[in-house]
Amino acid sequence: MAILEVRDLSRSFGGLQAVFNVSFTVKNGSIKALIGPNGAGKTTLFNLISGFLKPDTGSVLFNNQKIHGLKPYQVAGKGLSRTFQHIKLFHKMTVLENIMIGRHIHSKAEFISGMFNLPWTQREEKAIRERSLEILNFLGLSEMADAEATSLAYGQQRIAELARALACEPKLLLLDEPAAGLNMRETAEMAKLIARIRDMGITVLIVEHDMSLVMNISDEIIVLSYGQKIADDIPLAIQKNSEVIRVYLGEEDA
Amino acid sequence: MGHQRYLQILGLISAVIAVQLFTYYTDTGHHLTQLTMSAYYSLVIIGLCLLIGYAGQISLGHAGFFAIGGYISAFLTTHNFLPYKDNYFISFLSKSGLLASREDLYGGQILIFHPWAACIAAVLFAVIVAYLIGGPVLKLKGHYLAMATLGFGIIVYKIVLGTEKFGAADGISDVPSFVLLPGVEITGKLPVRIMNYYVAWVIVIICMIILLNLINSRIGRALRSIHGAEDASNAMGVNTAKYKLNTFVLSAAFASVAGVFLTHYNGGIGPSEASVMKSVRYVAIVAVGGMANLWGALIMGVLLNFLSLRGYFGTYDDAVFGGILILIMLFAPEGLLRIDLFRSLKGMFLKISDSKEKT
Ligand SMILES: Nc1ncnc2c1ncn2[C@@H]1O[C@H](COP(=O)(O)OP(=O)(O)OP(=O)(O)O)[C@@H](O)[C@H]1O
Ligand SMILES: [Mg+2]
Repeated sequence: MAILEVRDLSRSFGGLQAVFNVSFTVKNGSIKALIGPNGAGKTTLFNLISGFLKPDTGSVLFNNQKIHGLKPYQVAGKGLSRTFQHIKLFHKMTVLENIMIGRHIHSKAEFISGMFNLPWTQREEKAIRERSLEILNFLGLSEMADAEATSLAYGQQRIAELARALACEPKLLLLDEPAAGLNMRETAEMAKLIARIRDMGITVLIVEHDMSLVMNISDEIIVLSYGQKIADDIPLAIQKNSEVIRVYLGEEDA
Repeated sequence: MGHQRYLQILGLISAVIAVQLFTYYTDTGHHLTQLTMSAYYSLVIIGLCLLIGYAGQISLGHAGFFAIGGYISAFLTTHNFLPYKDNYFISFLSKSGLLASREDLYGGQILIFHPWAACIAAVLFAVIVAYLIGGPVLKLKGHYLAMATLGFGIIVYKIVLGTEKFGAADGISDVPSFVLLPGVEITGKLPVRIMNYYVAWVIVIICMIILLNLINSRIGRALRSIHGAEDASNAMGVNTAKYKLNTFVLSAAFASVAGVFLTHYNGGIGPSEASVMKSVRYVAIVAVGGMANLWGALIMGVLLNFLSLRGYFGTYDDAVFGGILILIMLFAPEGLLRIDLFRSLKGMFLKISDSKEKT
């Protein structure tokens, strides 16, 4: 069963066709990778799916419900969360507080209840804190809980972003280059982590340039070039796909 | 965490009482007048602190909301509605008990709004205005937002200055006292100066508790996340537009409440209360207070307003606040009394004493 279905999605910026007529599905419980040269439109596609951009044409179905046209916070509320290619942790907040924001959609206190610190909001706060600590524990970041998030080492910031997205308990997780800037050891750990997340039952759609990571963990791979889908297959077949080889070799020639 | 909050509030209560006793025994009771006025001004400032320091949205128009509160309640409690008493709406209000008659300066009977009714109308109006302008304006960021709110402030200023019914350049005077509860009234009359000092501070303390609760709640955290990375906040399911708007409206409500109370306390209001310089002053105080620091905002709000009202800044009054703003932006753009600054100072101190112990 497909958890995500993208149909004929297009988006241009001025004269530039960043995403053109892209269709694909993501199977529930799988890891799907989205690869392609720089500027191929991968991040744009993520922005279209997560509500940061509106498509010119086409549709996005999440659990058979259309989500294109919704605001990002509404998409998040449906159970789809994401990380960013350029890390966007909350400044001046601790790691724990960053993760606690991930619990936002699972909690209820609003302005009035917050202003009067009603007893049930205190219980809710406690639950938010405990769940967030669990997630930090799971990712091995609990020692950094009280450090300012943006003061962490780069690799830890990537993990913190992942933790924050996981705290939403999403059904589908979009990861935009989670291994960018990581060293080899960290990349291998990230790969293991993503596989574990999938094993928890969370579907993952990942954009990544690191081929070893992509080939190791993905169930399926889509290749994007100049905004168009040129391949959509299992890793072994992608490695042998002549069109894909041409696009990547062509890039290296340049 | 929660206990610390209430200990701080207890500290504030003790300080309020200590100051009053001090003025009593040193025979400096006249200072209570300015301390009362400063208390009301600090309501604007703590509300603005929530907006600027926590939600990260600037407003250079909050004197406008203060003035809306002050002017509407002043107008409704001084304007004689007797000539309109046959008007369907006015007679309806009169029958509902929202109007009251009293004697004017010359002994004639006039029909005015009950201060409570005027207060509610004034705050409601400010809230509606804040919703209407906040919706479109809060889509802007940074200096665009600053300019748009500045524009709003200028419009309010020009309206109160140019409206005959609002007394134009003279403003509105002869505003009656505001009986909050039987025996508790907001007025500048000398015999009840001490009571008014306490009334003002009880209001401030209640508002502080409400805001401290809020910033330590799920909402407060969401507001800080908007400040920290708005896109990411939205991606985490925070309805950033709604939260920014609610915070803007809440801070406008605080400003208008301050306007209502201070106008009754002073017995009037003038157009300078709506001036852009006042808005700048409020922002400057939030900045010295440390931006995301409600206690800093409150302390600075009381201190600087008190000094200003006592005339310590002389003819340079407005210039002092402009100067403060420039200095802060140059040397401490993230605010002066910053909480994290205290933390790192404390950390540094601990490290130093640690290493001393080791050697
Ligand atoms: N908001 C925008 N306005 C204008 N052009 C944009 C915008 N976002 C992306 N583009 C352009 O669209 C194209 C696709 O960009 P996108 O960021 O989606 O590529 P990408 O595949 O994620 O690349 P990378 O691997 O470098 O992250 C690029 O040419 C980019 O300059
Ligand atoms: Mg990208």
